[in-house]
Amino acid sequence: MRDIAIVSFVQSDCVRDAGARNEVELIMPVVRKVLDNVGLESAQNVDFTCSGSCDYLQGAAFAFVLGVDALGAVPPIKESHVEMDAAWALYEAVLKIQSGQAESALLYGFGKSSPGELPIVLSQQLDPYYLAPLWLDTVSSAALQARAMLDSGEITEREMAEVVARSRKNAKSNPHAQLKGDVSADELLNEPTYLSPLRKHDCCPVSDGACAMVIATVEQAKKWGKPYAVLKGIDHRIESAHFGARDLTKSPSTEAAAKAAGVANGPIDIAEIYAPFSHQEIILKKALGLGDDTVINPSGGVLAGNLMMASGLSRIGEVAMRIINGECKRGVAHATSGHALQQNLVAVLEGA
Amino acid sequence: MSDANKEALEPITGIESPVYLDYNFTAGQATARFLTKVKEGKLVGQRCPSCRNVYIPPRGACAACGVATNEEVELPHKATVQSFTIVYIPIPGNPIKPPYVIANLVVDGANISFLHLLSECKNEDVRIGMRVEAKWKDPSEWGFAMENIQYFAPIDEPDVPAEEIGRLKDA
Ligand SMILES: [Zn+2]
Repeated sequence: MRDIAIVSFVQSDCVRDAGARNEVELIMPVVRKVLDNVGLESAQNVDFTCSGSCDYLQGAAFAFVLGVDALGAVPPIKESHVEMDAAWALYEAVLKIQSGQAESALLYGFGKSSPGELPIVLSQQLDPYYLAPLWLDTVSSAALQARAMLDSGEITEREMAEVVARSRKNAKSNPHAQLKGDVSADELLNEPTYLSPLRKHDCCPVSDGACAMVIATVEQAKKWGKPYAVLKGIDHRIESAHFGARDLTKSPSTEAAAKAAGVANGPIDIAEIYAPFSHQEIILKKALGLGDDTVINPSGGVLAGNLMMASGLSRIGEVAMRIINGECKRGVAHATSGHALQQNLVAVLEGA
Repeated sequence: MSDANKEALEPITGIESPVYLDYNFTAGQATARFLTKVKEGKLVGQRCPSCRNVYIPPRGACAACGVATNEEVELPHKATVQSFTIVYIPIPGNPIKPPYVIANLVVDGANISFLHLLSECKNEDVRIGMRVEAKWKDPSEWGFAMENIQYFAPIDEPDVPAEEIGRLKDA
């Protein structure tokens, strides 16, 4: 496997409502900036472009195609899309580079979730025969999972509140965060439950925004003369679509992906975990095999702002930028997709 | 085999699973600026700062260059037929009686076409390069939509050669 360099990453602010802006207007600023950081003129200067998004979020058919207007795709470029988080667009690009079909790639993810009722929209991720007709929303399925965690004694409500308090505190140093500040676990536990046992703060906010990344072979990154972080391993696994067939208190797909990505091959300084609900961070920390010496979600994670279809790539970008900036040497990034952590991707990053 | 088992083996050929999702649609900042002008009876395109192409309706970026199109250009209401089709099949909910003409029109000064209706002529006389002009509805009916133009109608001007339609002219 060829080492892959993550050279540049840019994320927009997480905002509750991006107003009139369409997909092109969300994507263009982050793509422009991420290319400028590498000194590239346009998407013409990379071998491959791949994006992650979901048209259901904004309710606009073929928004993912219209988004290509942000790239300058004349003459035609090699381009692809995943109807998933852009972390999986990165995975596709990694395969493309590994198979020798590209030396560099531009990735971006965008989500405009504000026009719809996001938890209900995401009910359409479920299987179409048994669960989607129930309109089971993502907050309810997460509540089922949290209840199973509490009843099994794996976590306490206080531990959930502590996850939120740390997220809000860490987010104070993240200029793109939507929710930040000093709040104690005690204060959080005084809040009423929203969808029992979840309180509102246990759930990530709804956010609009986009992110973009440039990756390349290490050789290409050296030619560009830019600092980079090295992607040492990446893997993703999926569990059954049926909640009844899963133990919701565990994440075996994350465990398997972490093993394949090589998380345990060295100490982990920081981890950016895509946990849209507080209790999920506890499940994932365990599944990733992380100890207390690892700093979890220094950005505040997605409880501080969740760009659907971009947050996963952002986790990887956050770790990469902290490595590039010399804050740490080795980190793990995680992305999730589907209800109650159905599908999980794990990436291991190291310094050059 | 008992009757109960026979019933259980009845093939299931479909289930009803309706989906209702409500959205607050937004057109995009650039398109919203365009539609605001359409409500005033004006056709305002946007020019690419890089390749100088003028887009109408604009979506915020030059698709060729990938840059924002912030410069606004008010365009005349005359256009050229770039392509057309004659619709013979009635479309449910469409009040227009077939056969009628749908045309790809390039407004003078623009470099991209949009679809609109063509009328006040025999369908068999419609041709690529034909010159037409917008027929606006009464201003009292104007909204944020291209339907403010009822249709385009032929004008007495020489045809534009096909290879010149929508091309940038040297300034
Ligand atoms: Zn252009």
